[in-house]
Amino acid sequence: MSTKRVITRAKRTRRPKFKGFNFTREMVTASDGSGALADYRAKAWETFERIPYPTLKDEPWRRTDIRGLKDDFELPNPGAFEDLPAIPERLLKPLVSDQHGGQIVLLPGGMQKDLNPEIAENGVIFTDLEIAAQHHPAELSKALGQVVKPDEGKFAALVSALSRNGVFVYVPKGVQVEQPLHSVMWAPGDGLAHFSHLLIWLEEGASLTYVHEAASPKNAGGQILHGGVVEIHVGEGANLRFVELQSLGDNVWNFTHERARVERDGEIDWIFGAIGTRLTKNFSDLDLAGQGANGRMSGFYFSDGSQHLDHDTQQNHLAPHTTSDLLFKGALKGDSRSVWQGMIYVAPGAQRTDGYQANRNLVLSDRARADSIPGLEIMADDVRCTHGATVGKIDPDLVFYLRSRGIPAEQAERLVVDGFFDPIMQRIPFDGVRERFHQAIQEKMGAR
Amino acid sequence: MSELVIKNLQVNVADTEILKGVDLTIRKGEIHAIMGPNGTGKSTLAYALMGHPNYEVAGGEVIYKGENILELEPDERSHLGLYLAFQYPVAVPGVTVANFLRTAINAHRKAADQEDKGIPIPEFRKMLKERMDLLKMDHSFAGRYLNEGFSGGEKKRAEILQMATLSPEIAILDETDSGLDIDALRIVSEGVNALRGSDFGALVITHYQRILNYIHPDFVHVMLDGRVVESGGPELALKLEEQGYDWLREKYGQVVA
Repeated sequence: MSTKRVITRAKRTRRPKFKGFNFTREMVTASDGSGALADYRAKAWETFERIPYPTLKDEPWRRTDIRGLKDDFELPNPGAFEDLPAIPERLLKPLVSDQHGGQIVLLPGGMQKDLNPEIAENGVIFTDLEIAAQHHPAELSKALGQVVKPDEGKFAALVSALSRNGVFVYVPKGVQVEQPLHSVMWAPGDGLAHFSHLLIWLEEGASLTYVHEAASPKNAGGQILHGGVVEIHVGEGANLRFVELQSLGDNVWNFTHERARVERDGEIDWIFGAIGTRLTKNFSDLDLAGQGANGRMSGFYFSDGSQHLDHDTQQNHLAPHTTSDLLFKGALKGDSRSVWQGMIYVAPGAQRTDGYQANRNLVLSDRARADSIPGLEIMADDVRCTHGATVGKIDPDLVFYLRSRGIPAEQAERLVVDGFFDPIMQRIPFDGVRERFHQAIQEKMGAR
Repeated sequence: MSELVIKNLQVNVADTEILKGVDLTIRKGEIHAIMGPNGTGKSTLAYALMGHPNYEVAGGEVIYKGENILELEPDERSHLGLYLAFQYPVAVPGVTVANFLRTAINAHRKAADQEDKGIPIPEFRKMLKERMDLLKMDHSFAGRYLNEGFSGGEKKRAEILQMATLSPEIAILDETDSGLDIDALRIVSEGVNALRGSDFGALVITHYQRILNYIHPDFVHVMLDGRVVESGGPELALKLEEQGYDWLREKYGQVVA
């Protein structure tokens, strides 16, 4: 006797596409009336209105779905931070030396700033974007929007138009800033949208170490939106060490467009650490624009729970004799997902370039998934470009080996993860940053 | 009385019966050699004693310090005083020899005393240098990632270095001699001999009599087809060296390969 089998066709639930935010043109403000900043933001808003929201059909967004995003985020009112959780003291501590040369804390509806007066005497500008627009309009208009264009993406345009938290760093020709500068963006508040715009401009022969961190309370409630634009210009023969840490809470949806343009014989050492957010879509580009320019990018990420971290990197060799060296390493736990998509582009005529990219992933859970997509596009013939991408799990034979030496299972796993990240730690010249990454590993490994 | 007593040990690997009932007793202070052709279960015995998860115990027991160690995790067996020098040591990417050894020593100290704060760094450094000197190893070795890019000889020396630092009471050396040139073999053997004493017993698994010229065994056993078929003194190894294994295969009814 056979039972009758009913087969219903699995119906794909079609989620409607993201309709768009409720932000309006009236929210676009600037401190300089009809000055450069106001003009830039007004145009960025027009761009924002013109271009569509990304969907899964757009190549860079194929693996990152924004349809779960809320549409009714609010911009923080002036002074909003006073009624929100305060920034933890530990985030204000120096990470790369004993003391800061200056620090800016970006808060919802406000900011706090300190700058060593000696540094200011050399003509170094380190201030909020609004203040810069009023007091340093010449330098600001020279730099604003030169590296990241609002029309590069929906979120780039949105952030450019609406950023209420901004930092302008300007180091004049030949000035060596000995003490590091530090900015922190603190982004608490359910339902708030935080837009931050960092503009770092080094003139010829200048030198700077800069640390920026984006953070918000852990285990908070509803969605928070963060959009960021980071524009970096490293002038001829200038040198920037840029450390960027992202420890936003796991309720934050994070969209960032970042680019460093490096001129002739300039150098950047760019360090990323990403451990937070519900979802991140990040574009980080390195443009080696002048002959002999040199860039190193080192990325650390660790996801758990239902986090989704998507990092899209570009190493653009636009001039001869340029070198780039990218290493991104990530570990994944829980149901989390990471995407790394990297491209080395060598422009026609950019001979004798040397490009390297590698992405390594360690997947610690059967439910986590890492996508690693390297790419090369080479339009010159005398170049050396290499890349590698791996996604692996912990080797059970390795764990047995460690355990046979008396190391308990949990500690053995921890040792393997520490060892996995060691090549990244070796590239970080700052004890405090390494220590933060070690802490992050400890916390992630401890949370089960 | 601490002795390692293996009783009728049966082990399967991927549902294939490899050990068919091994009996062996190792007392402290004794060196036992296990010889035998390839594929007779010698390495399986080593892995099973240490608790590799792919080696499924189908029967028997292994008693050490009053416990059936087959019921313990590999790290617990290590804490009891067991050590396995691997035939194929595993690379530990990103973890230096020094960091690894300190982690292992501290794990042992913590197992003995939950309150232990770990070995003081100066004491650890001094001890590590002494042990490296014993094995004629350059001190820079301590800063290399364990077994990563090591030559065959370096790996084996690193296994003996770990043994010398962890001071086990029963060590299993799984073909530690294979792939070593004569100088390396001598150094490794001297390292083992330096540990020799009334508190140290060893099971030396080997194909060749060669290593037994340096590490003199008290007992020699021969494994064939998953069983210990013959036991004797050092003279048994010499006989095998001269006559091979065929006479044993005939004696125990195996087809001569």
